[in-house]
Amino acid sequence: MKEIFAIFQKELKTSYYSLIAYIVIGLFTAIAGYFFFSQLSYFVEMAFREMMMAQQYRMQPRPMNVNLMLVRPFFGVLATISLFFLPIITMRLYSEEKRLGTVELLYTTPVTPMQIIIGKFLSGVALYIVLLIPSMFFQILLFVYGDPEFWPIFSGYLGLILMGSAFISIGLFISTTTENQIISAIGGFALLLILWVIGFSASFVGPTLGSVLSYVSIINHFEDFSQGVIDTSHIAYYLLFISVGIYFSTKMIESVKWRA
Amino acid sequence: MIDVEGLTRYYGEKRAISDVSFHVKEGEILGMLGPNAAGKTTTMRILTCFMPPTSGKATIGGYDIFEHSMDVRRITGYLPENPPLYTDMSVTDYLDFVAKLKGIDKTKRKTEVDSVVEKAALGDVQTRIIGKLSKGYKQRVGLAQSLLNNPKIVILDEPTVGLDPKQIIEIRELIKNLRGEHTVILSSHILPEIEQTCERVVIINDGRVVAEDTPENLMLRLKGGERTQLQIEGKETDVKKALNSIKEIKSFETTADDKGIVNVVVESEKDIRKMLAKNIVGEGLGLLELSTDRFTLEDIFLHLTTKEEEVA
Repeated sequence: MKEIFAIFQKELKTSYYSLIAYIVIGLFTAIAGYFFFSQLSYFVEMAFREMMMAQQYRMQPRPMNVNLMLVRPFFGVLATISLFFLPIITMRLYSEEKRLGTVELLYTTPVTPMQIIIGKFLSGVALYIVLLIPSMFFQILLFVYGDPEFWPIFSGYLGLILMGSAFISIGLFISTTTENQIISAIGGFALLLILWVIGFSASFVGPTLGSVLSYVSIINHFEDFSQGVIDTSHIAYYLLFISVGIYFSTKMIESVKWRA
Repeated sequence: MIDVEGLTRYYGEKRAISDVSFHVKEGEILGMLGPNAAGKTTTMRILTCFMPPTSGKATIGGYDIFEHSMDVRRITGYLPENPPLYTDMSVTDYLDFVAKLKGIDKTKRKTEVDSVVEKAALGDVQTRIIGKLSKGYKQRVGLAQSLLNNPKIVILDEPTVGLDPKQIIEIRELIKNLRGEHTVILSSHILPEIEQTCERVVIINDGRVVAEDTPENLMLRLKGGERTQLQIEGKETDVKKALNSIKEIKSFETTADDKGIVNVVVESEKDIRKMLAKNIVGEGLGLLELSTDRFTLEDIFLHLTTKEEEVA
């Protein structure tokens, strides 16, 4: 446990001192902000139109749902940007150790491969949570000027964190396979993208395979969260995903040791 | 303290080391000498549990490297050929991290880090970022790291490679100071270095141990001329008689076994193989084997001493 925490702490410290983390957080927030702004503008425009219509026909304006029209699509946007940015967070997690030769330190001190991987995984998750914090300010704005429901926002973030963690476990696995960070980032992104779009083909391949594909698809399990539904089967899916990622990463670094 | 028995390691089809065996006593500094790619790093990596051997056995401090790998790691400090440094960390942050990996308690960590900083003379640079340090300092940080938790065994892979003469002398002094407190294995491809720091030398060439002795004896063997090994069938007294008649022999040793075969090691100034063969056969003894171990050793020594300039 202490070893996991030591690795976790070291990784966070490295991120704290490295430029990449700040660039990622800055760009992530800027892009999320852009989408939020355009969605909000659209929402406001729609609201005005409703008001005008109501005045014209002398009736009550129809109620507009902030959660449905703003919060939900915004979570979709956050999930999509995460797909692009998380491989950048995970690319160096293990590749860097290989490049620096510090694997020789990790393997010859009393730390198990599992502890190394879990420490690194948790640091990735922590960094991802930090990455999401600025986007929460956008949601707070909604509370200041409107009256959104709280729980869908909470479940949305829970879903994002679970899905992001699954992304990180996959990115980490790719990172254990190469000492080249670029390959690590591209490989991670490609694998995530495949898992993302694999559900698209579900409707063409027949019912059995189709249901398998749409179950495997990493985004399908996120939608309920963004609607405010916390379904244990989705939580189980992500936890399973994370465990598989961690298991393979661990096996990967163990096997590298054997093959050398 | 360290017992290595028949270690063999293959990388795919390629054999890196084969049947490497040696022993190190507690508090001793053992030098591992050999040209590049001889198998020194492979041997060290196996001993530090970085990777397992294909076959063979080794125990460190009584722990088997395979079965009790975590215990071995706890009592071993290792400096790989390229010091494993996080270039964007400061020296103390780095040492603190390694101390955590080695499981040193929070209460003792500070004093432990301070003590290795002092041992490796890193006081002036301890707040600097490792990436900005000179090669010599980086090497010292690596050495400091290996000394954390006061390990019983310290394994250093080419600790002076790539350093300038002044830095080499400093690192050597540091290593000499480890004598007594730690059991040290140190590898090098430079003979004078081993001569100065080590009490005993294992010479590895092409993955095999070709000699194990004190540096002085090895030098003597080299300078003392020829060493010829013979295997003779016959009585020991007859063999001695036959050898005594050759004036050129400086000294010889005989060991007889119960099958009537005598093993002889002859030392002489120059090559006397022809004379030996003539005399032994002339005495009516059966000459089974005659070989000289001059070539392998000399070749390696030549290789080692001419590889890099000697440092005073």
